[in-house]
Amino acid sequence: MEGQELPAVLIDCVGGKRGVYEDHAEFLEKYFRLITMKEYLENKSLGRKIRAVYQWFHKPVVNQELLQSLPNLEVVASAGVGIDHLDLRLLSSRGVKVSNTPLVVSTDTADLGMALMLASSRRIVEGHQIAVSPNTQHFAADWLGTEVSGATLGIVGMGTIGYKVAQRARAFEMKILYYNRRQRNKEEEGAVGAIYCKKIDDLLRQSDFVLLSVNLTPQTHKLIGKRELELMKPTATLINISRGLVVDQDALVEALQNRVIKAAALDVTHPEPLPRDHPLLKLGNVVLTPHIGSATRQTRRRMMEGMLESIQAALAGLPVPNEVLP
Amino acid sequence: MAEQELPGVLVLDVGGAQGVLAELAALLQRHFHLITMKEFLANKSELSRRIQSVFVFEGRPRIDRELLQSLPNLRVIGNSGVGVDHLDLALISAFGVKVTNTPHAVADPTADMGMALMLASARRLVEGCQIAVSPDTKHFAVDWLGVEVTRATLGIIGMGSIGYKVAQRARAFSMRILYHNRNRRRKEEEEAVGAHYCERMEELLQQSDFVMLVVNLTPQTHRLIGRKELGLMKPTATLINISRGAVIDQDALVEALQNQVIRAAALDVTYPEPLPRDHPLLRLKNVIITPHAGTATLQAAQAMAAEAVANMLAALRGQPIPSQVLPAGRIPPAAPPLS
Repeated sequence: MEGQELPAVLIDCVGGKRGVYEDHAEFLEKYFRLITMKEYLENKSLGRKIRAVYQWFHKPVVNQELLQSLPNLEVVASAGVGIDHLDLRLLSSRGVKVSNTPLVVSTDTADLGMALMLASSRRIVEGHQIAVSPNTQHFAADWLGTEVSGATLGIVGMGTIGYKVAQRARAFEMKILYYNRRQRNKEEEGAVGAIYCKKIDDLLRQSDFVLLSVNLTPQTHKLIGKRELELMKPTATLINISRGLVVDQDALVEALQNRVIKAAALDVTHPEPLPRDHPLLKLGNVVLTPHIGSATRQTRRRMMEGMLESIQAALAGLPVPNEVLP
Repeated sequence: MAEQELPGVLVLDVGGAQGVLAELAALLQRHFHLITMKEFLANKSELSRRIQSVFVFEGRPRIDRELLQSLPNLRVIGNSGVGVDHLDLALISAFGVKVTNTPHAVADPTADMGMALMLASARRLVEGCQIAVSPDTKHFAVDWLGVEVTRATLGIIGMGSIGYKVAQRARAFSMRILYHNRNRRRKEEEEAVGAHYCERMEELLQQSDFVMLVVNLTPQTHRLIGRKELGLMKPTATLINISRGAVIDQDALVEALQNQVIRAAALDVTYPEPLPRDHPLLRLKNVIITPHAGTATLQAAQAMAAEAVANMLAALRGQPIPSQVLPAGRIPPAAPPLS
């Protein structure tokens, strides 16, 4: 509309390795005046205009200092499902709403969980290295992986993502156990053939694959430590698609080095990336991926669209889709 | 039964990089007098008459005219695995020897491998792993992206047992499933996995985001996928091969990958295996190659050995053989129902 200014939204930057994608920015500029951190820092008076923060993979960092300079901030839209990087109470106390993008990431993340389980058990990364190595003359007959079909999968955290993993695993005729804050209803369990374990110990003792798909909260911080790893089978594999801090990383390194468990496949660590001299980088029985749970073109587009919607709703005083309450 | 009364089975070797796994040897020894090639060659006169069967594991030992001539009492070759393109069926048949394979044991692990390769390629797992551990990595780029598997279109070329199990798995990812096969499957079978039949392979190639090859290697499927077929595929599509290397025109594939005619390929099989160390496929970033590991699990190896043993014993006892492979053009006898 002529004369109407588009609402000002703070972003970190456009393009490059960490910024908002150029085609996304182009799209968003139809609805918002995007202000980069650089522009804002050069002209702090812009702070008064900013009504929303579009937080693309934790950037820009939203802390006390920033909040104090954005008096008219109404909403922070965060990309992805995890919000452990935001101080929800602080934001709430300033009347700032928070939104995330839980559903759109769920299928990609479940797919990656399956990809990691299959890649680890069938030794895809090692196999590729052998297949392309200049030293390879023959393929050895005694080079073996382990079967996924028919094995037991224990899902720790049966939310949207965990349930989608169960749906996929069922098609591989896996036996599915799960541990969750609350038991799912009979129909949901029946649809994927999942058996509830009241105690995580029962799940850990019986599983060939243990997959972590919980939120990171104070309760799930270091959920998997020395004790839990020792309860797992020595032939078991740990798969983490949640947050690095759900696992006691030092305990994991020790368990992998001493063959307390067979292997691990981790999309998430703490920190990301790990220091280049970290033992996890050098273990032969570890597959690491660079936090790519939602890293497809299609999903990232849907994330952007969801964030746009949430910001627009917040600014219009309407119920905010995917609002995260403290 | 004393070992001497058991029928003799020839294997290349036990253990090591090329031999039969120790666990499999133990299984064979329950029913057969196990003779290695080394033992046979050292004592041909005594052992040649004892050998009534050969257990072919990973394509070894090679069955040629010389070997067939030196085994006058050979009645059956039990192949571990389903593909028999490495066996000269006509030659073997001319010696009155039967050939059996193991279609049931290979199905689950090979279907799993197909899914593993599709997911690994789509999500760029091998590259991602390299980034995660590289000494040069300081940050993870957020613009580093793969492609979706959920809700994408999978085209399965070859819908036998393995292809069907791939379809069952892919359905759980809400994939749209197209298939092309010599024969159309029954309606109930199609509906159970939500698969749509493409009478023309071209239709399948044009619509698929992932094309998976799950055919036998025969004269008809040799170079089934060439320049024309690759050109019909979407530029965003991925080719996955879990059948045999020779089903693809490898030079055409290299060209297609280099020129971004297709997005990527994931190959458990090539021609030859391994590829020469200077082959361009080894250097392309958008290619994942695995060392023919479709059945490389202990469980699969044991299941294949058990299936081969059952086949060989049936042949030696004159009973109906569960999985006999006939030279092309012959009508197979009715197999007994699966237990």
